[in-house]
Amino acid sequence: MGKQGGDSSSLINEQGIRADGRRIDELRPIKIEVGILKNADGSAFIQFGKNKIMAAVYGPKEVHPKHSALPDRSVLRCRYHMSPFSTEERKNPAPSRREIEISKVTREALEPSLMLEDYPRTAIDVFVEVLQSDGGSRCAGISAASVALADAGINMRDLVSACAAGKVAGQVVLDVDDTEDKEGQADLPIAIMSTSNQVTLLQLDGQLNEEEFNKALSWALSGCKKVYELQREALIGRYFGKNEKVLEVEQ
Amino acid sequence: MPEVKRRYVIPGEVVARGNVRADLNVMRVNDTLVATRVGMAEIGHDVVRVVPLSGPYIPRIDDLVVGKVIDYSAFAWEADINSCFFGILPAASVFGRDYSPAKDSLTDKLKVGDMIASRVIAFDRTRDPLLSISGPGLGRIPRGQVVKISPAKVPRLIGKKGSMIKTIEVGTRSRMLIGQNGVVVIVGSPEDTLRAIRAVNLVDEEAHSADLTEKVQLMLGITPEPQQADAEQESDEFGSETQTENEQSAASSGESDVMSPENMQSGESSSEQISEGI
Repeated sequence: MGKQGGDSSSLINEQGIRADGRRIDELRPIKIEVGILKNADGSAFIQFGKNKIMAAVYGPKEVHPKHSALPDRSVLRCRYHMSPFSTEERKNPAPSRREIEISKVTREALEPSLMLEDYPRTAIDVFVEVLQSDGGSRCAGISAASVALADAGINMRDLVSACAAGKVAGQVVLDVDDTEDKEGQADLPIAIMSTSNQVTLLQLDGQLNEEEFNKALSWALSGCKKVYELQREALIGRYFGKNEKVLEVEQ
Repeated sequence: MPEVKRRYVIPGEVVARGNVRADLNVMRVNDTLVATRVGMAEIGHDVVRVVPLSGPYIPRIDDLVVGKVIDYSAFAWEADINSCFFGILPAASVFGRDYSPAKDSLTDKLKVGDMIASRVIAFDRTRDPLLSISGPGLGRIPRGQVVKISPAKVPRLIGKKGSMIKTIEVGTRSRMLIGQNGVVVIVGSPEDTLRAIRAVNLVDEEAHSADLTEKVQLMLGITPEPQQADAEQESDEFGSETQTENEQSAASSGESDVMSPENMQSGESSSEQISEGI
């Protein structure tokens, strides 16, 4: 299902300011907390604008059912779920087609960053629970899950940071929110392994020409870098005792 | 001694470049050495490693682990060693080579639910770790209170040359057995055990802080004195020595709660072992 592009005249004004007051190349405020769940092996909470997402990691642990274990590496299992109260209209808690898809892309975005071969015959469970949603929740969820995996002490090649860009009212914008996602013409979520600059997720919903795509991609990459800085700060703060604070992204 | 630089790292961060050997939790990517865990990087002249601050327990050969027997078959016990792998304790290593399932009953020696102090004798990730309870200080643990801490913080609980164990043991008049898997057994009177548990939990929560020993001493009401350094314990750099000998009698309940350095030195030596050999 591609984007149709609704009435987008009110999304960006003449001064290039978006409906929520951001410039077109500006991220929403982001806050990341690590180690919020006592019973999880690793956990993180991310506020990405109005998104509020919790990620929990359990494992490595014994695999049930046993036949799904792999002899040479660990099995990564991801579940992206939106709470019934996370949307404006109550959402049916049963996993929807969209949630199943996002669970899959989350797993595929995280898998390259993990050294699963270090934990053969085990399973690592990642739960991403969206408590409040406002567009771009898959990116925020992946970023939080990666931090939670690092918190769980699982061997990783790199952290995964994710951010989206898109096209709204004919202009390329960074970090589309829910309204822009619905009314806009394109959405390009990407996830990268920040230090090595390798892309682990790239989806495109809608249409962009080559020039727009390149611009959106480079903006999304710069957004990922900023998310990475916040992930890093959150982890360092958690383990080495810096005062945790709300970190607003300045461009 | 060569100079070692220390730095906080997170996964993916470049720790060093060039011709340096990658030790624990470091991987080589072309010319760079990259950390794979959150922790403290130790960058030496020719070797680099990261001491992790979180993570599961992955068995290593020769580790002392405290486990709980959860199952047994005709030939082996299975023990929960606080890891994603179960420990296997072969019956032949307990009964001897002439063990016969027809003649010997495993439950005569260890029952489901028993705690054991054991050593990892073989492990290569392709099969579950093999345990042994033959050796000094190994075997069934008859009594004590079990406390779990993060396995990554075990070196901190042991301290340099066993200094932290000693501080807690002397300060609380209890005795501790610390498994590398993060399972700690504390033996002492109920009050002493409670204080020891609090101290162990404090180490677990504040493992990153530099003045941890002082915090523990403050909590236990010990005035820091350099005197206790004379009781040296041989251990490796991380203090992996886990059998502890306490100078203090666990039953000396007549003394005041606040331990002075004199009290610490005057206790009777009773180096009884927590575990009983089978």
